[in-house]
Amino acid sequence: MKYDVTIKIALKEGMLDPEASAIQNAITNLGYTTESLRTARLFLIRLDAPDREAARAMAQKICERLLANPVIHRYEVEVAG
Amino acid sequence: MRFAVIQFGGSNCDRDVQYVLSEICGVDADLVWYKEGLLRSYDAVVLPGGFSYGDYLRAGAIAARTPIMADVIRHAMNGKLVLGICNGAQILAESGLMPGVFTINNYPKFICKPVHLRVENAASPFTSAYRNGDVIRIPIAHAEGRYAAPAETLASLNADNRIAFRFCDETGTVTVACNPNGAAENITGVLSEQGNVLAMMPHPERASETILGSVDGKPVFDSMIGFIERKG
Repeated sequence: MKYDVTIKIALKEGMLDPEASAIQNAITNLGYTTESLRTARLFLIRLDAPDREAARAMAQKICERLLANPVIHRYEVEVAG
Repeated sequence: MRFAVIQFGGSNCDRDVQYVLSEICGVDADLVWYKEGLLRSYDAVVLPGGFSYGDYLRAGAIAARTPIMADVIRHAMNGKLVLGICNGAQILAESGLMPGVFTINNYPKFICKPVHLRVENAASPFTSAYRNGDVIRIPIAHAEGRYAAPAETLASLNADNRIAFRFCDETGTVTVACNPNGAAENITGVLSEQGNVLAMMPHPERASETILGSVDGKPVFDSMIGFIERKG
């Protein structure tokens, strides 16, 4: 079965996010007030797996072994369908 | 004695390191393309600076998962020396050979300038040609060089004397003002548990000849050579 998996990688709570601060400043410069801003990265992956749970397990392994760095990141996996 | 300098796609300090090792220090140094793997035994491996894989995903993340890194990890497990400079340091952290991570500078821009470092542990194979507390001046050149690690990791690095270099001012005082990238506790050189692997963001190869304005980095290579000679 083909599964579409969405993986979101974000910095853990409390980790310094210099890019987010710079973006938030730029938004302020445009005249908008924002309370907070955080960045995250999405990976949209199509993969083949026997079932939904296997697809999720494979996506989690990919996160742990490459996409996320456990020192600074947390991740969420969503399997569509 | 033979060094290997690993070249990944996007490495750009590989030839500088090889030049310093062979022409300034007078030891054999092979440039090894990452696809070749480590085909023979080396006394030391250097992972040079640059932008392997264009810093895609995270600096060093993709190079750390190439097959040659399995060879480098085996080499390190045998107690042999591995030096990671700048992108090489990022690769070591991503490969798990080094705890923590070198991530985006607190002011998220590329910084290229000479900085002062304090030698925190002059007993390692990479720093024995210095003395404890020496203040040296060598350049940094990075956008992702802020060392970060969990509090318990930092505590054990301190307790086990595994911090090789900290950013400091010209008098050797470690201050927030002289921390160019926001690194935890001004740390910019970390030793492995066994002491045979060093990850450092500053570039000793860019400070190994008088004509380049500083020879303060050369003792890193001299220390490694001395260590290998003493081991026989």
